[in-house]
Amino acid sequence: MEVQSLEKIIAEHEFFADLEAYYTALLVSCASNVRFEAGRYLWHEGEEANTFYLVREGRIAVEINPPMRKPIVVDTVCEGDVLGWSWLLPPYVWKFSARAVEATRAIALDGKCLRNKCEQNHDLGYEMLKRFSQIMNRRLDATRVQLLDLYATR
Amino acid sequence: MPERKGTRFPAERIADLIQALAGRGYQVIGPTVRDGAVVYEEIADSRDLPRGWGDRQEPGRYRLERRADTAWFGYHLGPQSWKRHLFPSQSRLFAAARQDGSFRILDGAEKPAEPPRAFLGVRACELAAIAAQDKVLLDGAFRDALYAARRNGIFVVAVNCTAPAPTCFCASLGTGPEAPAALCDIVLTEVVNDSGHWFLAEAAGARGAGVLEQLGAAPCSEDDWRRAASAIGAAAQSQTRRVDCERVREALDTAFEDERWDAVALRCLACGNCTMVCPTCFCTTIEDSSDVGGARAERWRRWDSCFTASFSYIHGGSVRTSVKARYRQWLTHKLATWIDQFGTPGCVGCGRCITWCPVGIDLTAEAQALCRDKDDGSTVA
Amino acid sequence: MPPDEKEAMIPEPWEVRRVTRETPDTFTMVLEPRNGSRGGFRPGQFSMLWVFGVGELPISISGDPSQDASLTFTVRSVGPATQALTGHSVGQELGVRGPFGAGWPVEQARGRDVLLVAGGIGLAPLRPVIYHVLRHRQDYGRLILAYGARSPRDLLYRKELAQWARLKDVQVLTTVDYGGVSWRGRVGVVTSLFRFMRLQPARTAAMVCGPEIMMRLVARELTTRGLAAGDVYLSMERNMKCGAGFCGHCQWGPHFICKDGPVFAYGGIAPLLDRYEL
Repeated sequence: MEVQSLEKIIAEHEFFADLEAYYTALLVSCASNVRFEAGRYLWHEGEEANTFYLVREGRIAVEINPPMRKPIVVDTVCEGDVLGWSWLLPPYVWKFSARAVEATRAIALDGKCLRNKCEQNHDLGYEMLKRFSQIMNRRLDATRVQLLDLYATR
Repeated sequence: MPERKGTRFPAERIADLIQALAGRGYQVIGPTVRDGAVVYEEIADSRDLPRGWGDRQEPGRYRLERRADTAWFGYHLGPQSWKRHLFPSQSRLFAAARQDGSFRILDGAEKPAEPPRAFLGVRACELAAIAAQDKVLLDGAFRDALYAARRNGIFVVAVNCTAPAPTCFCASLGTGPEAPAALCDIVLTEVVNDSGHWFLAEAAGARGAGVLEQLGAAPCSEDDWRRAASAIGAAAQSQTRRVDCERVREALDTAFEDERWDAVALRCLACGNCTMVCPTCFCTTIEDSSDVGGARAERWRRWDSCFTASFSYIHGGSVRTSVKARYRQWLTHKLATWIDQFGTPGCVGCGRCITWCPVGIDLTAEAQALCRDKDDGSTVA
Repeated sequence: MPPDEKEAMIPEPWEVRRVTRETPDTFTMVLEPRNGSRGGFRPGQFSMLWVFGVGELPISISGDPSQDASLTFTVRSVGPATQALTGHSVGQELGVRGPFGAGWPVEQARGRDVLLVAGGIGLAPLRPVIYHVLRHRQDYGRLILAYGARSPRDLLYRKELAQWARLKDVQVLTTVDYGGVSWRGRVGVVTSLFRFMRLQPARTAAMVCGPEIMMRLVARELTTRGLAAGDVYLSMERNMKCGAGFCGHCQWGPHFICKDGPVFAYGGIAPLLDRYEL
């Protein structure tokens, strides 16, 4: 029953729309349900990046630890968002940390397994890269605007 | 068509004209030579007029010259315009006194008392400039009371131009060289040649007619009209500079990033001379000051120029920091956006900005360059 | 005949009645007239606030337009002029001229959903719209506020934000550019909030206020999402000296921001927004 609901969620998720059924099944085979309580870290900066997540409920903060200062949250993701692409590109290491702000439910996908499959099947690889590059593009635009520090005093 | 009624009087009677105006209580402002230029000042009689004086003008150059004849109005235009008398370069808006944490306005409600003035020697382009400033200062969201007080009841004696300066381009803008009688009390056309020296005079309204009657002016003939008209027509024909306002306005809409702006910016000093001599420029700044003790404050309004670095200052920086942006703002406003704001161009073709620009930037050449055919990409020299 | 310019140029004395510190550098001041003037204004209008003998600043009115016994201003203290302004304490007087400007289209928005997008201090000129819509609730559809600030401690009107969020048919979405570990809200640009609204573009009137870059990006995003360019309104800002349309300083292309604006429909001004150093 777990597998069926996972299949339904992945198949109907906007991020995986228009994916061939064969690839959807592949993704499902790499997927599992996970839960994080508030305050729990999904990963820390510098760790090996082998997973990505479809957030189903809750909120996750992407943060960085400057030296001698408290961590700064630079982004938050929530229900419906896809989190994490460092698993897809070398060196497969997380550049930021991710922490659940509140109790969070998500679907974890085995990135390590998936990237091997992408190497073997370039069509799958293209489908993944096509989707993740869109996320990165949006993220880049938003980051650039955040960089402007528009609300700061001159 | 109603017949135009004109009179003529010998040129020396200009002295009587001045006396007639003074006798009616007007403070007469007219042209006079001072500091190497023809300026508009209060004059007492005809001896103050620049009789026999002319001027030579070209981009970045102005010189007074003696004429071969004794024309009273043989000069073209000086650096000042009538703006100086209607829209003073500084005026106090109010004074206030402080008491404890509170303040009191001392003289804000007072209405300025102005003597009636007569302007003698107003050119057609200057009439157009006054009309342009009327639109800004009398017909806007608020009415400039000081301007209104000075403007109200001005007795205008206009003078038609019969020879333009090389810098003049009123004909292409439809603002001259003929002064529209409807905007004046008296329009004069000076005729000086081998057969004599006289004025053709036309009155619009009872006020002007009364003055001309006092002069004992005789009715003029068809021939007189023809001669005057032909001189004015020749003045229009002989203008070499022109601005095609419709074309410029259209070109400016898509010329924001034109490289011509970069070219002119290399020459422009942002000195603001053009805005100071321009008869239509109306930008002002508000200055607050207080005495050393902080007990009394005044607010003054002064002429300002969009060429200053701080004109567009906001939030720790200026919007138009480059000279290019400031020149572009001035020219675009003068020839295009002024029309959106007030219905007519802000430029009247007087050419002062060309004469008085220290590096001789020619607004007509810049406008023409911006209109060049974009496809062939050539630059007009 | 238009009223005398002097009427527009003489400040009236108004007394500071209350000063509230909203954030480390932002203060809300409530002023009441000494001479019996009225405080009526339209949402989106601004006053010229005069510090005796020092100078004047255009400040948007941030209070409730339905009551005219006082005027409220939210001022960010960023330099000597604003510091002088916010340095006034209860009982002291400031000069007030105005109100000036064309306000937000609250009349045209009747019968429609109202989307307000605020960036930083931009929430201050939009707050009167919120008061107006809530006071005339039947005349409007849904009310959505999307508000982005620099960091959690820079959020304005926090108590009111929470109150508004609890109201039926009102949606309040906030985000910050960066947060600390104790911040449990969203982090990201204000445009990231749009996916949380169920926008019905055809029946939405949008009013946007904040830094110019932010307004440009938001307006573009809203039209991409189906709003008509004529239904998106921005509040522009330029140097002002007189505030009344004759000193020429606030010109932006053909517009005098003080009298043709500060509020403009995006459709009419979109090309001007892209012109650098206009």
